[in-house]
Amino acid sequence: MSYLLVYLFVTAITLLAFNRRASLILSGIFIFFAITVTSWLAIEVLVSGVMPDIGLQGAITCDRLSAVFILIINFTAATGFIYSTGYLKPYVQSKPAAWLRLHYVALAWLQISMVAVVLFRDGFSFLIAWELMTLSSFVLVIFDYDIKGTMAAGINYLVQMHIGMLFILVALIISSKVSGSVSFDSLTAYFRVFPNWPVFLLFFIGFGLKAGFILLHTWLPEAHPAAPSHVSGIMSGVMIKLGIYGILRVSMYLQSDMYYIGIALIMYSAGTGLFGVMMAIFQHDIKKLLAYHSIENIGIIGIGIGLGIFGNATGNNLIAVAGYTGAILHTLNHSLFKSLLFYSAGSVIQQLHTRNIEKMGGVMKFMPYTALSFLIGSIAISGLPPFNGFVSEYLVYFSLFTGIGSLEFYPLLIFTVAMVSLVLIGGLAIFCFTKVFSIMFLGQPRTKLPEHTSESSGVMLSAKILPVILIVFIGVVPALTVGPLTGIASDLFVRQGLFDPEPIMTPVKYLSLTAAIMVAAGLTFWLIRKLFEIRRKPVPGPTWGCGYTAVNPRQQYTATSFIQEYAGLIRPLIKNGASNITYKQEEIFPEERDFHSSSSDFFRSKIILRPANYIVNLLRRAAVMQTGNLQHYVLYALVFMVLIFLLTVLNII
Amino acid sequence: MIAILLILITSLVTTGLIIRVKSISSGRKGPGIFQPVRNLTVLIRKVTVYSETSGIISRIAPIVILTALLLASLMVPVAGFEPLISFRGDFILFAYLMALGRFMMIITAFDSGSSFEGMGASREALYGMLIEPALFILIAGLTVFTGQFSLSSIFNLSQNEGYSLVFGLIVAYIIGNITLVENSRIPVDDPKTHLELTMIHEVMVLDTSGFNLAMIQLTSMLKFAIFGSLVASAVIPRDLPPAVRVALYFAVQLLFSAAIGFSESFRTRFKMNRNQQYILTVTLISVLFFVVILFTKNIF
Repeated sequence: MSYLLVYLFVTAITLLAFNRRASLILSGIFIFFAITVTSWLAIEVLVSGVMPDIGLQGAITCDRLSAVFILIINFTAATGFIYSTGYLKPYVQSKPAAWLRLHYVALAWLQISMVAVVLFRDGFSFLIAWELMTLSSFVLVIFDYDIKGTMAAGINYLVQMHIGMLFILVALIISSKVSGSVSFDSLTAYFRVFPNWPVFLLFFIGFGLKAGFILLHTWLPEAHPAAPSHVSGIMSGVMIKLGIYGILRVSMYLQSDMYYIGIALIMYSAGTGLFGVMMAIFQHDIKKLLAYHSIENIGIIGIGIGLGIFGNATGNNLIAVAGYTGAILHTLNHSLFKSLLFYSAGSVIQQLHTRNIEKMGGVMKFMPYTALSFLIGSIAISGLPPFNGFVSEYLVYFSLFTGIGSLEFYPLLIFTVAMVSLVLIGGLAIFCFTKVFSIMFLGQPRTKLPEHTSESSGVMLSAKILPVILIVFIGVVPALTVGPLTGIASDLFVRQGLFDPEPIMTPVKYLSLTAAIMVAAGLTFWLIRKLFEIRRKPVPGPTWGCGYTAVNPRQQYTATSFIQEYAGLIRPLIKNGASNITYKQEEIFPEERDFHSSSSDFFRSKIILRPANYIVNLLRRAAVMQTGNLQHYVLYALVFMVLIFLLTVLNII
Repeated sequence: MIAILLILITSLVTTGLIIRVKSISSGRKGPGIFQPVRNLTVLIRKVTVYSETSGIISRIAPIVILTALLLASLMVPVAGFEPLISFRGDFILFAYLMALGRFMMIITAFDSGSSFEGMGASREALYGMLIEPALFILIAGLTVFTGQFSLSSIFNLSQNEGYSLVFGLIVAYIIGNITLVENSRIPVDDPKTHLELTMIHEVMVLDTSGFNLAMIQLTSMLKFAIFGSLVASAVIPRDLPPAVRVALYFAVQLLFSAAIGFSESFRTRFKMNRNQQYILTVTLISVLFFVVILFTKNIF
């Protein structure tokens, strides 16, 4: 704790740096120093299995789960910082220098607080780190404070995070009942004696608010579009995963009720995943779309954790390990491709000054590398081979099918429903990402692009190359990551019996083989085509216009028309409205009209906003008492004292 | 090795057979069964024309699509002959490789900035998404039935307790319907249509030509062979001698093509907005099959 405080104060020096460059370099040094130290600690733990003696025993505890999360956090924090140096350049003129410095300090604080969250087991230190994480990310989110809506989104985020923290606090305090200490380690003692599900539910709500399960997700689609792209990348890539970390950590201590907790988590997560991707398809704001996709991926991770808990409850270690490994690997994978997608989208937004994909088109010609990185991210997030998203989804499927092949009726039904949801999530993700990639990058520009549109700077590209390398690496040689992760899952999470990873590892090795065949076959076909092209060179020609020659870019398919049939199909579930355009009869030359379409988030409008508005109205009535007249307030005080006096006299209180 | 060879041989003749059946049943003379292959040899010798708008996607996507489908066909069991690649959960890779092909096809359609191709792309994306659960529920049913986890072992139905040929036929029926949707055939789409507005698959390849078009067409032919082989594996018992199985395999392929050809001759295509219903019906048949399996295995 004291080390943390010292670090926080030292990084605050950045605020005093004499110019922008100095503050950038200083914060860079601090961030990379923290990243190096904590990564060293994590790697040490992963290699040797025990925490190295650095004089912090007792204060922090780093097991292999924490170590994996530290590495995930550090990687994305590093790429996010590198990316920010390029992304924030255009803001140097428009934003106060102190605000930029504060931004960098907040970035450093966010990184260290996230690492602290996974290291502290003691309840209060944990909560302090958790709070620090919320506050520093709040500062990062409201970077564009002068744009309408940013502040509202930021405050919405801040309030919801504190509600979440309250739940965690209450859960921790309740669970200290048996051992007397407020700490995660005291959970075992509590769970042995008392029913498990109420406290697990409290933890789930608290951590789920950070992670973005449905009903708890409403801050996500607001905060991500408001934040600058590197912050969205870090928040969506790793910060919301700390909610997942919390759920994973608590699930380690569960003692009873695990069967039902597992099933409930599987169903709830399947719903979360479906809802996330269904809403994502409607979004035309690229960052909002990606934010909804985070919800979808949290759903997939949740299914994995649910399977893990269920497997432990029934003593089926294969289900448990495949589920947990899938969840942890998907956490890593999502941090890679989601940050990559946010960085790529950010580069496009920086060049085009719009987040609306309907105004884009043909960007690939101007920004080929950004487009390619977005494409790789899209294929990976859709869970397609040969990239990393497939490996983790494969593990979750593996766990589900293992259950389907061996269970009795009711769990079998649950597993089948979850499996079908996962299939639908995959199909919808393909639908969504073909839409967004095609509309943004392919074809011709739908509106005139700014003249200076060009590939983003080298620094920003290098921040994208790093995740791409890992995405391909995990996808092509999955055995090297899945192997250690199954070890962690079976050592830390499996309750009884030994686990033989062979049934998981053999298929995973086949994935490398298929990737190799794929590359070889692809190259062969490419060579054959090259040979044929030697004599018959390809020639350019106009796009087929069905005989019509005056084709213009406005006639291209748009995102709205792409999803039209889907929107009709999904209408009973999600209301999507469009403003109605009517023409008057005498209007021979129609005047200009506005058209806009929207989709409403059912949970946000009906379950969150309606009760909230109700309470606000109720409180407004109570505000009659707030007259601003001093005499009235004195009267209130008098009434209150008399009341207390009477109640005491009558022995009521 | 025999498995993939048989699939490749079938892929060369199935489309031709379907066209032949269609022409006979409509009283035309029609082309020979190797006409699609001859079309391919013509296509690869043609100059490729790329749209001026198109970029790298049009150049790499056909290769990726064909590669993905070839890889998928390596996992398909053929009437008791083991596929080259087989492992626990290979059907997930199988289905996702098909999905990769679809992904690439859709973005190729958008690459040329055409006013029409997005239409087909949108339909392909939607129908492909809707038909996937049917395949997976079928596989889940077979997993429950056999207790196995790879394509080659779950389609080995006849070795299991409670097997009757009816199961094989139901599986064949469901896969047949999935084939129609995946390959964009009547009643979902008509490959012979001449109006861009009503096409699904054909409209997506309007700007693909020459060698690339040959690769795409080969992919659709391969898809027929893949699904045909799954049908054959479901109905042919494995304990027969290899020569008999090969003979039966080709008989089943002939029947499969004839069935598709006849159904195309005597059915009309649906209105576009009826397709979703049709696909959901196929999914429901799949669910029914799943329920029947649960009954046979006494899991209720």
